[in-house]
Amino acid sequence: MARITMREAISQAMWEEMERDPKIFILGEEVGVWGGSYAVTKGFYDHFGAERVRDTPISEAAIIGAAIGSALTGLRPIAELMTINFAFSAMEHIVNEAAKLHYMFGGQFVLPLVIRAVGGGGRQLGATHSQTPDAVFAHFPGLKVVSPGTPADAKGLLKAAIRSNDPVLFIENATLYQLRGEVPEEDYVIPLGQSTVQRTGKDVTIVTYSKGLEISMKAAEELAKDGIEAEIVDLRSLRPLDMGPVIESFKKTNRAVIVEEGWKSYGVGAEVASRIYEQAFDYVDAPVVRVAQKEVPLPYNRALEQSALPQPADVVAAVREVL
Amino acid sequence: MDKQKYLELYSQMVLIRRLEERGAELYQAGKIGGFMHLYIGQEAVCTGLIAARQPQDRVITAYRDHGVAISCGIPANQVMAELMGKTTGISKGRGGSMHMADVTRNFWGGHAIVGAQLPVAAGLALGDKYAGRDGVTICMFGEGATNIGYFHEALNLSKVWTLPVLWVCENNIYGMGTAVGRASAVSEIQQKAEGYGMEHERVDGMDVIAVYEAAQKAIAKVRAGSGPRMMEILTYRFRGHSMGDPERYRKQEEVKKWEEHDPIGAFHVYLVENNKATKKELEDIEARAMDEVQKAVEFAEASPEPSLDTLFDNVYVEEV
Repeated sequence: MARITMREAISQAMWEEMERDPKIFILGEEVGVWGGSYAVTKGFYDHFGAERVRDTPISEAAIIGAAIGSALTGLRPIAELMTINFAFSAMEHIVNEAAKLHYMFGGQFVLPLVIRAVGGGGRQLGATHSQTPDAVFAHFPGLKVVSPGTPADAKGLLKAAIRSNDPVLFIENATLYQLRGEVPEEDYVIPLGQSTVQRTGKDVTIVTYSKGLEISMKAAEELAKDGIEAEIVDLRSLRPLDMGPVIESFKKTNRAVIVEEGWKSYGVGAEVASRIYEQAFDYVDAPVVRVAQKEVPLPYNRALEQSALPQPADVVAAVREVL
Repeated sequence: MDKQKYLELYSQMVLIRRLEERGAELYQAGKIGGFMHLYIGQEAVCTGLIAARQPQDRVITAYRDHGVAISCGIPANQVMAELMGKTTGISKGRGGSMHMADVTRNFWGGHAIVGAQLPVAAGLALGDKYAGRDGVTICMFGEGATNIGYFHEALNLSKVWTLPVLWVCENNIYGMGTAVGRASAVSEIQQKAEGYGMEHERVDGMDVIAVYEAAQKAIAKVRAGSGPRMMEILTYRFRGHSMGDPERYRKQEEVKKWEEHDPIGAFHVYLVENNKATKKELEDIEARAMDEVQKAVEFAEASPEPSLDTLFDNVYVEEV
C-alpha cells in the first residue's frame, strides 16, 4: 500500500489505463500544455503527446459532443470539464445525447465515455463556481454517476469508469484533492454501483459520499468521545444507487442521518431517505434527518460560505437528534 | 455518370416521396404518433449527397431523417416499421420518426435537438482521424441550426483540429415558421463558414445532379486532407415543418412556385429530354416504388409491438 493523495490517485488511474489501451485519450480545457487546471493531468502531455492529451477551445458542448462522437467510433475518451459548473453549458450533450443514444437507437450505439468534472464549495469562488449539482445528473437514466470519497476508491472507481462501456460522469471534489489515503500498489478496479461501509458502528447509520465522507468521519470521532458509535455507509455511486449496505446497516441501528454537500431540496438525501422508508419502514425508530447545504447561492465571504456548507458539528447535532 | 446511376438516383427520390406521402396518410389515420417532419421537396439533397459518399463515410443528420435513412440504405420496411413503433423498426420502436440510425450502414442518426448533432459529428471525424482511417463525416443540418451555439463550437473545433467533416447546411428557408432573413444575421448561410476560415459553396438543392457532383468534389477534397468545408444547399420543403403546421408564415403561391421546381419532376424531364431514360422506364420505377411502399406498410402492420417486458432493454450496455 502506498499513501497518496486523491489527486495522485486519479492521475495514476488515467495514466495506467492510457498505458494499457491506446484507444483512451483525454480532451478538455488546459489538460495538455498547462497540465490541467487542478494539475491532475500534469506530465501527461509530455508523455502521451498532443494526439492523446488534447487541449480544446473553451467549448463545453463541443468537448462533450466530440467525446460522444469519438466514443461511437470505438475510442474511449476521458473528457475533462474544468469544473462541474461548466457542465451546464454541455447539458444537452450530457443528458440528451450521452444518456439516451444507446437506448433510443435500440442498442446500436455504444458510448465508452468518461466525463470528469470537479465540484464543491468552500474555496470562496462565489455562487457560480462552487456548486454540487450531483443529484441533477443522477436524475437521468442512461448516465452513470460516480463520486469517490477516498483516494483508493477514486483510483479503483475511475479505472472501472474508463473500462465501462456506458457513459460515466465522474465527480471529484476540489477540497479533497490533497486528502491522503492508503492505495493498493497492484492494478485493481472497484465496480460501479456498489456502496460500502467506511466505518462500523452500532448506534446510528450515516449515509454519505464524496466530501460528506470526510465531514462524517470527523463527526464520528466527536461522537465516539461520548460513546456513540456511528456506522458510515459511503454510496460512491449515485446511479446506479446501491441501497444494500444502507438497508443492512439501518436494520441494525434503526436510525439514519444523510450527509451531502449539495442542497437538501430534491437531493441525494431525499432519495436515500425515501428508499429507507420504502425498504425498511418497520425498522424506523426515528425520522431520518438530512444534513445538506443551506438553500442559498453560495456567497463569497468566507464565514458566510462556511455557514452555508455542512460541517461536522451539523452532523453531530443531527445524530443527537435521531438518537 | 452511367445510365444505371441516373436511374438509381431517380428511384431513390421517388421511393422517399412515396414513402412519406403514405406516412402522412398513416399519421392522419393515427397509425404513426409523435412528431413527424416530412422531407418532401428536399429529396434531391440527401439523394445526391449520400450517393457521392464511400462506404467508410459517416452520415449524421437532424430530425427530418426519413429520406436520409433511405439514402443510407435502410430498407423501406424498417423505416416504416420504426414510424409505427414496431420491434422490426430500425431503432426497435424506441426512436420513432426523429431517431433513426443504422451503424452497419454508417448512418449515425437522427438527432432531434436542433444543432446537437454537429459536435457529435466532430467527434465521429476525430475518431477516424485518430485511427488513421480515411473516412469523411457528412454532417447535415438545417439553416435554423446555424444560429445555435453548437454550430459555432463544432465548426471552430473542426477547423482547429483539421477534422475530416463536410458540413452540409440544408437551407430550406424556414426554421419552423421563421424565415431565414428573420432569424439569421446573414441569409446566405455559407458566409458563416468564412468566420472559421473554411472553404464553402452554394449548391442548387432542387437539382440532384448538381448536388451529387458538388458533393463528390467536396468529399474528395476533405478526404485528401483539406480539413472541414461547408456546402450550403438551397432547397424547399413543400409540406409543413411537421404534421401539425398551420403554415401561416408563407403563402400558397410561394409553395406553388417552388413546386414548379420539384426535384423529381425536373429530373424526370432532364432524363427524358437527354435520352438518359425512357418514359416507360421511369413509369416502371414509379410502380416499383409504390409496390415497395405498399409492402413496407404491410410489413410494418404485421410486425409485433415491442413486448412491455423489454421496456428496460438498452438503458445501459452493462447490467446495473
